[in-house]
Amino acid sequence: MISSLIRGQRLIALFLLGCLLFNYPLLYIFNSKSQIFGIPLLYAYIFAAWALLISLMAWVVERAGRKDSKD
Amino acid sequence: MLPGWVIIVTSFTYLGILFAIAYYGDKRADAGRSIIANPYVYSLSLGVYATAWTFYGSVGRAASNGVGFLPIYLGPTLMIALWWLVLRKIIRINKVNRITSLADFIGSRYGKSALLAGLASVIAVVGIVPYISLQLKAVSTSFTILLQYPQIIMPIKLGAVPVLSDTALYVALLLAAFTILFGTRHLDASERHEGMVAAIAFESLVKLLAFLAVGFFVTFGIYNGFADIFARAAANPKLLPLLTPLDGVAGSYGSWVWLTILSMFAIMFLPRQFQVSVVENVNENHLNKAIWLFPLYMLAINIFVLPMAFGGLMHFPQGTVDADTFVLTVPMAERQQGLALLVFIGGLSAATGMVIVETIALSTMLCNDLVMPVLLRMKMLRLRERRELSSVLLGIRRGAIVLVLLLGYGYFRLAGEAYALVSIGLVSFAAVAQFAPVILGGIFWKGGTRMGALAGLSIGFLVWGYTLLLPAFAKSGWLPISFLEQGPFGIALLKPHQLFGLAGLDEITHAMIWSMLCNFGAYVGVSLKSRPSAIEQAQATLFVDVLKQTGESGGSRFWRGTASVPELHALLGRFLGLERADEAFASYARQHGSESINEIKADAALVNFAETLLAGAIGAASARAMVASVVEEEPLGIDEVMNILDETSQVIAYSRKLEQKSHELETATAELRAANERLKELDKLKDDFVSTVSHELRTPLTSIRALSEILHGHPELNISERGKYLNIIIKESERLTRLINQVLDLSKIESGSVEWNITEVDVKGVIEDAVSATSQIFKENNAKLELNLSEIVPMIRVDRDRLMQVVINILSNAVKFCDRQAGLVSVRLRRNEQSLRVDVHDNGPGISLGDQHIIFEKFRQAGDTMTEKPQGTGLGLTISRHIIGHFNGKLWVESEMGKGATFSFTLPLKQRLIPEFPAPN
Repeated sequence: MISSLIRGQRLIALFLLGCLLFNYPLLYIFNSKSQIFGIPLLYAYIFAAWALLISLMAWVVERAGRKDSKD
Repeated sequence: MLPGWVIIVTSFTYLGILFAIAYYGDKRADAGRSIIANPYVYSLSLGVYATAWTFYGSVGRAASNGVGFLPIYLGPTLMIALWWLVLRKIIRINKVNRITSLADFIGSRYGKSALLAGLASVIAVVGIVPYISLQLKAVSTSFTILLQYPQIIMPIKLGAVPVLSDTALYVALLLAAFTILFGTRHLDASERHEGMVAAIAFESLVKLLAFLAVGFFVTFGIYNGFADIFARAAANPKLLPLLTPLDGVAGSYGSWVWLTILSMFAIMFLPRQFQVSVVENVNENHLNKAIWLFPLYMLAINIFVLPMAFGGLMHFPQGTVDADTFVLTVPMAERQQGLALLVFIGGLSAATGMVIVETIALSTMLCNDLVMPVLLRMKMLRLRERRELSSVLLGIRRGAIVLVLLLGYGYFRLAGEAYALVSIGLVSFAAVAQFAPVILGGIFWKGGTRMGALAGLSIGFLVWGYTLLLPAFAKSGWLPISFLEQGPFGIALLKPHQLFGLAGLDEITHAMIWSMLCNFGAYVGVSLKSRPSAIEQAQATLFVDVLKQTGESGGSRFWRGTASVPELHALLGRFLGLERADEAFASYARQHGSESINEIKADAALVNFAETLLAGAIGAASARAMVASVVEEEPLGIDEVMNILDETSQVIAYSRKLEQKSHELETATAELRAANERLKELDKLKDDFVSTVSHELRTPLTSIRALSEILHGHPELNISERGKYLNIIIKESERLTRLINQVLDLSKIESGSVEWNITEVDVKGVIEDAVSATSQIFKENNAKLELNLSEIVPMIRVDRDRLMQVVINILSNAVKFCDRQAGLVSVRLRRNEQSLRVDVHDNGPGISLGDQHIIFEKFRQAGDTMTEKPQGTGLGLTISRHIIGHFNGKLWVESEMGKGATFSFTLPLKQRLIPEFPAPN
């Protein structure tokens, strides 16, 4: 019960993080002509941030899930 | 050359495989060994979100505005982070109440309202039909293009085709047949379609693989990887704006945000998403994996979109090929026959997956929430008397499926060309977003009422229709285009794309702002103003508190009345078939410990069981009406529902009270412990006091006795010796008397049994009297006295004798301790603002800082009492402090070693005598 509460809070935190990552101030910074490894910076940033968010979500639910089954 | 029959055979083979999977899935489900009961299948089935719109349309949108297509996938990723809170709750509500569709969910939440459920169904159908037509358009377009292989000719150039030779019509009919086979083979009480879900999961895999294959081919086969494509694109000035699209071709940051929000709602409230994520959910723990697997799926299917868009733009001369078809036309232009066919199958799977799930969801809604309630109310049809209704239900559903697909085809014929793929999809998204306030509000806020939901939904839907649907009609030529450009009747303020002058936004953002504002505002506003009925209260509690409830007792708490088992059984039999009704009653009997159906008690639990079971087949509102027709119910008043709800809240209140009590108990215990400690201390003090008093009494007694014995045993002593001894005896007896008096005095004061004789007293007079009373001691000690008294001081109300006692005590102390040779005692009386102050200064040795407190305690004197002869009883100052304290004054001493000591006391001018004696400091 407690771990599920914590998991919920962590996921809310990730939601807020996502709102921040895919929003005005940060997107503005990366909306430039420069490139990274030959890929436009904005595209690279969005996909990297997206992948980061997904891996964090996986980490939160899978880690908590393992703990649950151990208990 | 790719002959038409190859394409058709391949398509049918693919559909055949799908059907085989679905058939196998259903068989396994019937055998109780579900193949969809695992989180991976669940996550893949959510991939029904990616339709032909994703498959073909994403590249098209990316080709015109860069990253502008991404919010449609970023929004769902964000929303999924909240699924643990939101969707888990919806799934739980769904399981408890056997909800069959989105419209049923809304109707059920707001008091099982048939009206509301019907409205929601209408909104869903009107909103989704364009989306379905989009899928038909995608399939028919891709088919037509592939048919021209190896030439690349846009269908629009082929000219209009008559209806009967239009592939889209056949696609629609084929899909209708297919969906009927999938979705309505039998009427399931839980309205779940395991075989269909298995097939959808398979389709998600196929479209992902097809898209990745073509993406890989374009990126690494035609070009040399991502960097190569982007480098070439950067060299092309026409493509340059696509590289920094935000605040440019992709629209403003505002529209980016609104698109994200729109997709957040879409992932939850598109009827097909609700169907796969909620209704078809087997186990809510599957959410765990889906929370990250499904976003990963969306990420994977989008990786190659931008490279393909740029690849297509650079591949074909500008404007010759529709960017929406790049996914298919680029491999065709490269003469990749097999790959093109795979792409076509991928697109087909994306489209069929969406159409199948969406039409099943919509047909359930139409049947349960729109048609059945109307039919059941029409008396002349005598539907209520018919013995067997399950075939009627199935017939209605099948009809609804055909109707929805034909509507989709009709929209495609009439309006399909007005928009690119993406715009049509977004219009549908905006329609289902209207469900967000009533559903999200409904599961977290008990205050939402039926009237509020009706108001919010209808006004949101109207605004959506005005700002998005009518303009679409206008663009298709159904309405004069002046409606769009000048506003209706030339009223510029009502221009559908710039309502009330809100200009400068893209049409989706504009429509979302107005419709959400009106929808949310009306929902909250009307909810707050209207009063919910009893059943609304009950349903609101069932929904909002679903995670707190245990067991399936659910709605039975809110029912009272009489029912008969055979009647309920017959009712279920009519809608589900007798066999299923038998099964259901038998399993109910087993669960409730009855041997057979005949022993079942017709109680609230059974009625609730029958109603939820029926709700699974015909929706909550109709089920409510049907059950009510066979059982005699005592309607619960709002007060009674509130009472039942109160019972729950009372339990909570009790436990809170208990907590509070135990807290109080703890405090009381702590207080008792402290009191006990204090009592122990007092006891010890009392013992100390007794032993000190005895000691003090014994000293003078001993000397009296010793001297008396000397006088008694030595009669020869001369008269002067004798006189000397007798004198000592008298002095010691006096000291003894004084001591005993003071002990009595102190105990009287401490116990509060002193009678205070309060009168108006002139303090100056008291001091003068005390001085004359002590003049003898001054003479004996050769000490001088200085008086420094203000001329006039106000009278105060105190006990004159007691005050005199204090002054005498202080004066005699001062004399005793002042300088032996040139003793000087000065007395000063002043008036302060609020009080009178008396200072008595002596020029004695002073009192050390440590002793300044001690001297006010009982039997304590400054200096070493063991070596020096005590000069007083040690009670005088204690009593004085008590007396001054009783007059609300203060008595204290200030002193420095070698500079004498000053005893001061103050007396307030306005006396507030307190009845009891204040505790000593």
